[in-house]
Amino acid sequence: MREALASSAYFGVVLSVAAYSFGLWMKKKTGLAVCNPLLVAVIIIVPVLLATHITYDEYMKGAESISYLLTPATVCLAIPLYKQLALLKKNKAAVFCGIAAGVAANALTIFVLCLLFRMEHVHYVTLLPKSITTAIGMGVSEEAGGIVTLTVVSIIITGVSGVIMSEGLFKLFKLEEPIAKGLALGNGAHAIGTAKALELGEVEGAMSSLAIAVAGLMTVIVVPFIANLI
Amino acid sequence: MRYVKEAGIIFGMSAAGEILNQLLPFPVPAGVYGLFLLLIALMTGIVKLEWLEATGNWLLDAMPIMFVPACVGIMESFSELRAVLVPFVVTVLVSTVLVFGVTGRVAQWIIRRKGGRQE
Repeated sequence: MREALASSAYFGVVLSVAAYSFGLWMKKKTGLAVCNPLLVAVIIIVPVLLATHITYDEYMKGAESISYLLTPATVCLAIPLYKQLALLKKNKAAVFCGIAAGVAANALTIFVLCLLFRMEHVHYVTLLPKSITTAIGMGVSEEAGGIVTLTVVSIIITGVSGVIMSEGLFKLFKLEEPIAKGLALGNGAHAIGTAKALELGEVEGAMSSLAIAVAGLMTVIVVPFIANLI
Repeated sequence: MRYVKEAGIIFGMSAAGEILNQLLPFPVPAGVYGLFLLLIALMTGIVKLEWLEATGNWLLDAMPIMFVPACVGIMESFSELRAVLVPFVVTVLVSTVLVFGVTGRVAQWIIRRKGGRQE
C-alpha cells in the first residue's frame, strides 16, 4: 500500500486538493480566520505523510504539478493589474510610498527584533527577505549568506499568518480604502496575501499583485546595504 | 480549443519569463518577468484580454492551493527551525503586523489627503 501511494503520480495532487477543500469547508462552517484552508491543509497532510511513511519527495512527485502552475498563475496577475491601470496611475504616489514604507518597516522591525533576541548575522539575513515572494526571497537570502530553507519557512509563516490576521489588522489599523487593503496584503503577505486580496475584490487583487513585484525589487536593492548591520 | 489557445498564450508568457530569468542577471523570478511581459502585451494591444481571460481567471482562482506543497515543505526544515523557533516566529509575526499596518496607513493617508483636496 505504501509503495503504491508513494509511486503514484496523482496521490500528492489528490491529497493536497482534498485537504485544501476540507480547509475551505471548515472555514465556511466555523467562520474562524484561524481555520485558514492553507493551514488546515498542512495540518492534515503532514501527519498523513508521517503516518504512512511517505517522504516529502514522494509526495512532491504528484504535488509538483500544483506548484508547476504557480508561474503561469503569477503571470496572470497581469490581468487584474491591467484592468485597474487607470486607478493605479491616479494613485501612483500612494501606491509607491505605501510599498516603500512597508519595505522600510520590514527591514527596521527585523533589525530591531534580531538585536533584542541577540540573533546571529546568519539568522538576521535569513529573515530580511521574509515579506517578499519565495522565488525572489530565496535569491536574496542566498546572496546575503542566509539559510535559504529557513527563509522559505519564514516567508510561508509570514504569508499564512498575514492572511489569518488580515481581517483583524484591517480593523486595528482602520484600513477601509480597497487600494490600501490590497497594498497591505501584498506587502505584508506577498503572493499568499494576493490570493486573499483577489477574493476581496479586483482593486485589492491588482494592488496586491503590484506590491509583490515592487516590494520584491525594492528588497533586492535594499538588503545588500543593510545585511552587515548585525 | 478555446481553453487550449488561452493556456498556450499564458504558458508562452511563462516560458518567455523563464528565458529572461536565465539570461538576465537579476534575482527576478520567471513569473514576475512574465507578469510584466503580459502587462506590456495587453497595454500595447499585441494580446487582447479576451484571448486569455477565462483560463487566466481560472488560474487566479486556483492560486491559493498552489502554495500547499511549499507549505508542507516546512516539515523538511523543521529540525533547523526548532533551534531558533521562538525568536524566529515572534520576529516574523511582529514584523508582519507592522509591515501590514505601515503599508496600509501610509497608502490610505495619501489617498485621503488627495481626495480631501479635490472635494
